[in-house]
Amino acid sequence: MTNKVITITSGKGGVGKTTATANIATALAVDGARVVCIDADIGLRNLDVVLGLENRIVYDLVDVVEGRCRLRQAMIRDKRLPNLFLIPAAQTRDKTSVSPSDMVRLIDELRTECDWVLIDSPAGIERGFRNAIAPADVVVVITNPEISAVRDADRIIGLVEAEEKGPVRLVLNRLKPELVKREDMLSPDDILELLAIELIGIVPEDEKVILSTNRGVPIVLDGKSQAGQAFRNIATRLAGQNVPFLNLEDRNGFFGRISRMMRSGGD
Amino acid sequence: MDDHAKVQIKGIREGLLITVRNDDWSEAKAALQEQIKEQSEFLRGGRLILDVGNHVIRAAELGQLRDMLTDDGLALWAILSNSQVTQQNAQLLGLATRINKPSPERTTHTIETALTGEEAVLVRRTLRSGYSLQYFGHVVVIGDVNPGSEIVAGGDVVVWGRLRGMVHAGAEGNQDAVVCAMDLAPTQLRIADHIATTPKQRGKPQPEMARIVDGQVVAVPWQPKTK
Repeated sequence: MTNKVITITSGKGGVGKTTATANIATALAVDGARVVCIDADIGLRNLDVVLGLENRIVYDLVDVVEGRCRLRQAMIRDKRLPNLFLIPAAQTRDKTSVSPSDMVRLIDELRTECDWVLIDSPAGIERGFRNAIAPADVVVVITNPEISAVRDADRIIGLVEAEEKGPVRLVLNRLKPELVKREDMLSPDDILELLAIELIGIVPEDEKVILSTNRGVPIVLDGKSQAGQAFRNIATRLAGQNVPFLNLEDRNGFFGRISRMMRSGGD
Repeated sequence: MDDHAKVQIKGIREGLLITVRNDDWSEAKAALQEQIKEQSEFLRGGRLILDVGNHVIRAAELGQLRDMLTDDGLALWAILSNSQVTQQNAQLLGLATRINKPSPERTTHTIETALTGEEAVLVRRTLRSGYSLQYFGHVVVIGDVNPGSEIVAGGDVVVWGRLRGMVHAGAEGNQDAVVCAMDLAPTQLRIADHIATTPKQRGKPQPEMARIVDGQVVAVPWQPKTK
């Protein structure tokens, strides 16, 4: 396999990079692959919290780069899945403690060790972002159906294309099908028309994601969640299999109507 | 020529200006690397402006160069080049391509050419957010011009695609400049010293041409007969 190093990025902050990284990594690991995820957001680490591994950190990414520990020592094994690992970011340092070529070296070492490497990029287009995309085979850009997020995604895609960093894929996160239907939200078509790259997933808005993030249990482990299913599908597509997109409009049943009534009542 | 002659380093107000003068780019790069290694103590932490002369360099290659300089503790800030292609590539990476106002001799040249309206640049790609294209002649784009990008042209601007970014035609003051697009919906449209925005309510997209009529920017359907 050549496309095994995946960088997840967005430009804008808060669109769901870390959530997506945790969930796609977990979904790949559930299918039996050996997965390492790396938090490249040095100084503002989060991935450890989302995966529920915060209290197990001994060494971090900067320790590996600066030679205070071996790579293996910084790899934290997941609580639930023995084939999922996390290399956390350092919290007390900043982005300049790692360079793009440090990242390339480190990831080259990992390539022989595992099936997938997922890199959680920081927001922005500066050093941290450059560190995150330097070793990437595939770049997954996450965006929300909001003009500001889409604008930033466009900028990021331009930068990644200029650096010739392998294929760029799009994930549309936190879509609310009801709002799109009422034409109150950008539709997937509007976004794709502007960004013009291959879409590999649409994740619907789901309150359970917040809960799962707070508990440190990725939503893909919840068999009933639609967002979880969407993330599992993204993992499958990254692994090279075709799966149909979720039918998010299929909510005209009783519960769909009820939830819509309640929502409009609340406004 | 020895390496020192090929690569000149001097401090200017904006940072460290490194001038590379060599016929072969890979040789020039090697010489540059060597110079930086030699003087790493002196250069460390500096903001670099690299003048690459006539070399045509790909964006990915510029990116590698920037990452290499990062390893040496140097921040590449600007690329100066005589090549339009290299300049565009540097802009794609978010690097500056001029360090202050354009030089006087260049400006004179610009006005003359803009008035004769002969020179043009053809860009065949989508201009994404953050991309800035500046050219003293006409600009033709085959592709979309996305919001957040900008085109500043001395002459006309023609977009075979959706125009949604900022566009300035006749930037040197040419009142006769026009802007044409298959779907003319720029964030802001400027012709010479006039500024207009796209109306909120628009009909079905159709090819349109914007020009100045009686001191106002107006857009009319762009058809073969429209001059």
